[in-house]
Amino acid sequence: MIQVQNLRKQFGTKVAVNDVSFAVEKGEVLGCLGPNGAGKSTTMRMITGYFRPTSGKITLAGVDMLEDPQRGKESLGYLPENAPLYSDMTVASFLGFCAELRGITGAARTKALDRVLDLCFLDSVRNQSVDTLSKGFRHRTCFAQSIIHDPEVLILDEPTDGLDPNQKHEVRGMIKRMGQDKAIIFSTHILEEVEAACSRAIIIDRGKVVADGTPDQLKRLVPGVNTLDEVFRSITRSDVEK
Amino acid sequence: MKLVDNSLSQWPALLAMLVLFAGILVYALRDRHIRSIFKREFLAYFNSPVLYVIVVIFLLTTMGFAFLFGAFLDGDNASLTGSFFFWHPWIYTVLAPAVGMRLWSEEHRLGTVELLMTMPVSPWQAIVGKFLAAAAVWFIGLTLTVSIVFTVYYLGEPDTGPVITGYVASYLYALGCLAVTSAISALTRSQVVCFIVSVATCLLALLIGYPQIVDFAVRSVPAWMESGVRAIEYLSFYTHFSDMTKGIFVFKDVLYFVSVAVVGLLITDLALRSKRA
Ligand SMILES: Nc1ncnc2c1ncn2[C@@H]1O[C@H](COP(=O)(O)OP(=O)(O)O)[C@@H](O)[C@H]1O
Ligand SMILES: [Mg+2]
Repeated sequence: MIQVQNLRKQFGTKVAVNDVSFAVEKGEVLGCLGPNGAGKSTTMRMITGYFRPTSGKITLAGVDMLEDPQRGKESLGYLPENAPLYSDMTVASFLGFCAELRGITGAARTKALDRVLDLCFLDSVRNQSVDTLSKGFRHRTCFAQSIIHDPEVLILDEPTDGLDPNQKHEVRGMIKRMGQDKAIIFSTHILEEVEAACSRAIIIDRGKVVADGTPDQLKRLVPGVNTLDEVFRSITRSDVEK
Repeated sequence: MKLVDNSLSQWPALLAMLVLFAGILVYALRDRHIRSIFKREFLAYFNSPVLYVIVVIFLLTTMGFAFLFGAFLDGDNASLTGSFFFWHPWIYTVLAPAVGMRLWSEEHRLGTVELLMTMPVSPWQAIVGKFLAAAAVWFIGLTLTVSIVFTVYYLGEPDTGPVITGYVASYLYALGCLAVTSAISALTRSQVVCFIVSVATCLLALLIGYPQIVDFAVRSVPAWMESGVRAIEYLSFYTHFSDMTKGIFVFKDVLYFVSVAVVGLLITDLALRSKRA
């Protein structure tokens, strides 16, 4: 469903993503792990068509994203980092606007709205201004936007960032459930999340994929250690060391 | 005072222009994506207090300048050219950037540009939808000044030609300033920076054609450079504006402002691309 081949992104002379390749099939949830600044967001921005790759190839649901981005984006739902929202809108008007851009209008729009408001526990803030929402609600509103058209491909950039433990648990559960009939990529630097929600994970470090496998395979990757946490620390480098 | 005979000769050209503009509007708004973005942006203006402040300032300044400094009620010359429209370029230089600055700067600041550009919407649909929203807001603002026209008709018998071409010129001038602001707002996430740079750019576009300044420049440069000064003058918003307010409706002036708008939107597109490069 998602195919990424030899993806590379350079900002000036700085290489942010270097030769990244992977594939995600329908029914798979791919966790994208890595320290801050590893290139997770940049990779996702290229897959979603926001950044233009320096080189490489991206295919979403059979559509080449570089050749026909407009059509590729139709099968895509995206939650950007920090869950941006238009601050002058209410939750319902924001979601309605997103539905319209996705080509959902009339009765279908009302139905889609009710579905995601229910799914993301947003009913109580339906007519509240986005500006006055708490962080958890803001996040879920942007998340609701990404699934309003029931996309085949879902890209979530740190979907649990800034949420409290209960909300984290809910979001993970939601990802896992939706992963049954979609192809999902989500990024995180919380390792327990990978075990809780992913069927597979990659670890990215300084723009490169350094590990790719099921959570269990990753745990056994480095001899002598047996938690994901220790594996992560032994194969990636923090940005304070050079 | 009649500068030109503007009896019926202008009507076909004006009509043609209005049909053209209406055509562009209808064609653009038939596009589902442009319509959605237009609607959102247009409503966003009315959800923000900034718009009301700007419209009030606009009405106060256009009316106030006309009555206070324009010697609007003096003499028996019921004309809007020297008193009412004369001030519009100055007012637009400040107020059009105030209306346009949120177009893209706000998207960059909130990060919503990333949402918008990953929806199945082309950048052009977004650029046009937003620009039309700002243009529609301006249309409403300008319509609210029509009371001044009734005052003029009540006080005297003005030429209808210059009133109509004056309004057309005024609106086109505003569109030019809005297109400049759109381009600059695509380059920065700060509305303040966008506002200052846009005001400076619009002011420059005004001053390089302002008669006193052009005369001064012509007098102070060597004779062989005069054609250069004249060429720069020709690029000014003001030159094309002032001809029209005198009742001389020339298609090339309309075309000039349309080109300014198109170039402004092209630069907006380039700026957005460079952010995503
Ligand atoms: N627009 C940009 N211009 C220049 N450098 C960038 C830009 N976006 C990201 N980078 C750089 O690319 C690297 C990867 O960033 P990012 O993908 O955001 O990391 P992550 O999401 O894994 O924390 C960082 O070093 C960052 O500074
Ligand atoms: Mg990131």
